[in-house]
Amino acid sequence: MNPQLLSLSPNNSSLKSRFTLGFLRALKRLNMQTSSSPSPPQTVSSSSSSSPREMCRRYLRIRIAADASMASAVGSRRAWSRTLLLKIRNRQFRSCNSSARRISMKKKCSGRKMKKKLKCDKEINELRKFVPGGEAMDACSLLDEAAHYIKCLNTQVKVMTRIADIYSAT
Amino acid sequence: MSSRRSSRNSRQSGGSRITNISDDQITDLVSKLQQLLPEIRNRRSDKVSASKVLQETCNYIKNLHREVDDLSDRLSQLLATTDMDTDQAAIIRSLLM
Repeated sequence: MNPQLLSLSPNNSSLKSRFTLGFLRALKRLNMQTSSSPSPPQTVSSSSSSSPREMCRRYLRIRIAADASMASAVGSRRAWSRTLLLKIRNRQFRSCNSSARRISMKKKCSGRKMKKKLKCDKEINELRKFVPGGEAMDACSLLDEAAHYIKCLNTQVKVMTRIADIYSAT
Repeated sequence: MSSRRSSRNSRQSGGSRITNISDDQITDLVSKLQQLLPEIRNRRSDKVSASKVLQETCNYIKNLHREVDDLSDRLSQLLATTDMDTDQAAIIRSLLM
């Protein structure tokens, strides 16, 4: 039997496998969309339309799909994944932008009231920009969320690298 | 640890009272972050200041974002040229096992 099977996690729904399946499903959907859309007659290319705008749009869709599958693999346990999912859904529907802004502003005010001047305030505020939803968190939650966010980003990069390697090898 | 977290939460929900985020809690979390960063994981914690760890965290997240961008770009180019359906089963098998 394959010795690598022993390293498989006992419950099949680990974060890595949830993200992998979700992302592959999204890629398949994207692939079907691009193949079914009619290519413009003036494009002279052997493969499907490779105009710069088309490539840019596809790259954006893949990046959003990667973030969305990572956020839904984590679920709503974490503030950063909730923020990411909200942002992506707002982007898709564009109808509840005002309500989302209202909620984030309310949180920001309550956070500022409770903030105490810390030693590394400048660095902590810098970190807020990189963690989704970081502006509304206090310092302790921010550091906690950042640690989990880094772990998930590592998983994301590992899986995406593996997928790209497999596709480029065939 | 969980009891400390719950007491911190109950303090925050007080509302009007100012939350005392002690430096110990910050140091605790900063050392946890330090374990995740590849560059300064091996150095001893008293040599690395908290602000350095936070700076490295920002840089590391920025690098990871850039890697995800590059990988998305690479995948978008591969998506245009390869047939996906036949490879999906092989991918899942090699990724999850």
